[in-house]
Amino acid sequence: MSVIVKEASKALSRADERAPISSLAKANLRKIFPDHWSFMLGEIALYSFLILLLTGVYLTIWFKPSMTEVIYNGSYAPLEGISMSEAYSSTLKISFDVRGGLLIRQIHHWAALFFMAAMIVHMFRIFFTGAFRKPRELNWVIGGSMIIIGLLEGFAGYSLPDDLLSGVGVRIVAGIVESIPVVGTYLMFFIFGGEFPGNDFIPRLYTFHVLLVPGILLALVGLHLVLVFYHKHTQYPGPGRTNTNVVGFPLFPVYTAKAGGFFFVVFGVTTLIAAFVTINPIWAYGPYVPDQVTAGSQPDWYIGFLDGMLRAFPPLESNIWGHTISWNVFVPAAVMPGILLGALLAYPFIEAWVTGDRGEHHLLDRPRNAATRTALGTMTITFYGILVINGANDIIAQAFGIPFNNITWFTRVAVFVLPPLVFLATRRFCLGLQRRDRELLLHGRESGQILRLPHGEFIEIHTPISNEEKAVILSKVDIAAIEPPAATDENGVATPGYKALRRRAKFSRLFYGDNVASPTAAEIAAAEHHAHALDDLEVDELHEAGKDVPAQLTD
Amino acid sequence: MSDTHGKDVSTIDAHSDAPLYPLPPHHHRLTDTDPRAARRAERQVAAMFALSALCIIAFVVGYVAIPTTSFIDLGPIGVLQTSNLVLGATFGLAILLIGLGAIQWAKKLMADEEIVDERHPVGSPIEDQEAAAELFATGVAESGFVERKIIRRTLIAALALFPVPLIVFLKDMGPLPGTSLRTTIWQKNSRIVVDVTGQKLRPEDLAIGTLVSASPEDLDRVQEEAGTQNARAKASIILVRMRPDEIKSQQGDGWDVQGILAFSKICTHVGCPIALYQQRQHALLCPCHQSTFDLSDSGKVIFGPAARRMPQLPITVDSEGYLVAQSDFQEPVGPSFWERG
Repeated sequence: MSVIVKEASKALSRADERAPISSLAKANLRKIFPDHWSFMLGEIALYSFLILLLTGVYLTIWFKPSMTEVIYNGSYAPLEGISMSEAYSSTLKISFDVRGGLLIRQIHHWAALFFMAAMIVHMFRIFFTGAFRKPRELNWVIGGSMIIIGLLEGFAGYSLPDDLLSGVGVRIVAGIVESIPVVGTYLMFFIFGGEFPGNDFIPRLYTFHVLLVPGILLALVGLHLVLVFYHKHTQYPGPGRTNTNVVGFPLFPVYTAKAGGFFFVVFGVTTLIAAFVTINPIWAYGPYVPDQVTAGSQPDWYIGFLDGMLRAFPPLESNIWGHTISWNVFVPAAVMPGILLGALLAYPFIEAWVTGDRGEHHLLDRPRNAATRTALGTMTITFYGILVINGANDIIAQAFGIPFNNITWFTRVAVFVLPPLVFLATRRFCLGLQRRDRELLLHGRESGQILRLPHGEFIEIHTPISNEEKAVILSKVDIAAIEPPAATDENGVATPGYKALRRRAKFSRLFYGDNVASPTAAEIAAAEHHAHALDDLEVDELHEAGKDVPAQLTD
Repeated sequence: MSDTHGKDVSTIDAHSDAPLYPLPPHHHRLTDTDPRAARRAERQVAAMFALSALCIIAFVVGYVAIPTTSFIDLGPIGVLQTSNLVLGATFGLAILLIGLGAIQWAKKLMADEEIVDERHPVGSPIEDQEAAAELFATGVAESGFVERKIIRRTLIAALALFPVPLIVFLKDMGPLPGTSLRTTIWQKNSRIVVDVTGQKLRPEDLAIGTLVSASPEDLDRVQEEAGTQNARAKASIILVRMRPDEIKSQQGDGWDVQGILAFSKICTHVGCPIALYQQRQHALLCPCHQSTFDLSDSGKVIFGPAARRMPQLPITVDSEGYLVAQSDFQEPVGPSFWERG
């Protein structure tokens, strides 16, 4: 073994004469990363991206991004002699005439689905634990941008084979572009090189998909990771963990093995799924012909919310001075996603403004302790979820035998009703958990042991919670809501920016107004004293405290 | 916005530097205390790595031995390409075993005592910030960027204009729309033929209640010449036949032939071809977003997100008794656009 170390350090010193490798290694080899299962979500996204790059390169070897019509004569008999684009016929070739080609295609497609899913769930984790707070706002924006770009990249990818299913999706996008006021028609003609479908779209989309977007994504991934490295990873609260330290395991060897191993696990699982579960069987859809369509057309899942929005929107269109505005397309397909994604990117800054919080945060929030943020999150997820469901309203209608009209009407009402209800319920639930934490801290946990006292009275014994639990609960930071400012100062001069300040105070009250205060040191001391009293069976004191003695037992 | 309300919550009690409770004591694993357990873990890891290597050998055998045209029926999973299954299973297992082996190694055998590292403030030290500001000021002074206004302003003007060609270049990505979205290749006396088969149609070929996808007879020739599918994307129609007394209204007088109506096949919402027909309600349903059109009532929208009726093509019969168009559509087909009016 020592031979390995000796040779490695020799190689290192040779390298060091050309670049300061040793300094880099010294600073980073034993860098500490905290451990938690939820920290692997981002890793899944990263590894899926690497798998996509790797398999994508293989696909470019055989794929022909051309809309030139050819007559198919490959191994797939049902399409023999059919006229189709070169893009479609080369995808068939990859699937049926290249050994392992179908596998690579399926790994690529599954990895894309996992990439999007992992990014989005990773974002949920970051959101609900407040990991986006200062100093990590920029990394939130980078991550959010990657989700948006990933969505476009995924759409471009599954449109390239020019099969009937994806061709209809492209037709929909062309229709959406046409709906943009003033410039839409021109944009559509520029993108497609003329009328739909033309002959230019697939080759253009190919460059977009294999060069432009992956380049941007790769740069963003690099920046994202550099910032994670530089900021050091956040950690969950617990004993020994503070805002100014990081507790965990070193990069080398533990994380080299765990994270490196996890790459192979993600790759292996994706490959096994691609081996057993067919995805996007383009041969079953047939080549794209502009006047044909398959029933039950479904986009990949991450496009579903857009499709759901498009399906639910009421049929509104205006004609003003000889110009048409398609509200029914432009609003759900362009305006609403713009607002949603814009709010997503801006969220860290909005929250910092509302709360007035300018501190550095490295210790994660427990979702319950940021009740309003958590409620905003579940509210948005509900909104998104309803749209995803409506994006499959035809499939659901068929599966459950209900008219799709009812599902659409349900969606039209539910998007306005359910999210606010979920907001209120989540907020209540979080505040309830805060109250429970306070109880646990002060009075411990109900043990279920009933004790009979000498004079016949029954009490339940409460056991104090462990230091680990106390450390977690006490990580809560009590923040007072911002008070609304006085309209004028003592000299009667109007406060500058009064209205904005008052608005901020209102939001701040929404955020923190109902928070349950952590117990003060005096309260904890009193509670501890009380617990000792219980140990000594000083029942009189217990009676004074009252509530720890179950009422039905004291009567 | 005033910063008077800004507070540095990270400095308050619960986040002070010293933890309220210390790290819990480290518990040794069985592999730390029992050499036999450690050797067992070592064997497990090695077995996974060795098995991985064997899988790669199996992969190579599968690659050589199995043709891509062989399929296997796996019951509930479905019919799979054998080669895909074998290559994927062996390669996937090989990769997975490397990962599982490495993780098992880390979890069972590598040191597992948690280490505490201090964080440092994210920003640069104050003296560095000051030094940087000073260096920047020196550079600005040396360049004369502030004093030499004329250079500064012309530079800004030049840099502002330099991207213009990059945008102008894009102009030739496509032709201007002109009026091309307003017309299709239908014209007076264009024969209507069944899609795919190209069969010409007489009224008696269509039974009541049927729906047929159709196109103009010269579509293939036009597309051949153009080398695109653009003509089809606009000219595609559907023919339906209903009893004349079932027709509540039409978009023009005498646009039907004995209860046979022709409508565009392209949805007015975002342009999907429409194919689902509920015969009893004469409802045409778009499979993409469920816009529903009543063909017996001028093709008006009865459900869904589409805002405009389905354009009707006026038809008649020619001297030989075949169905033909009276003219092109009287309004643009397909989704709305700004200039549509």
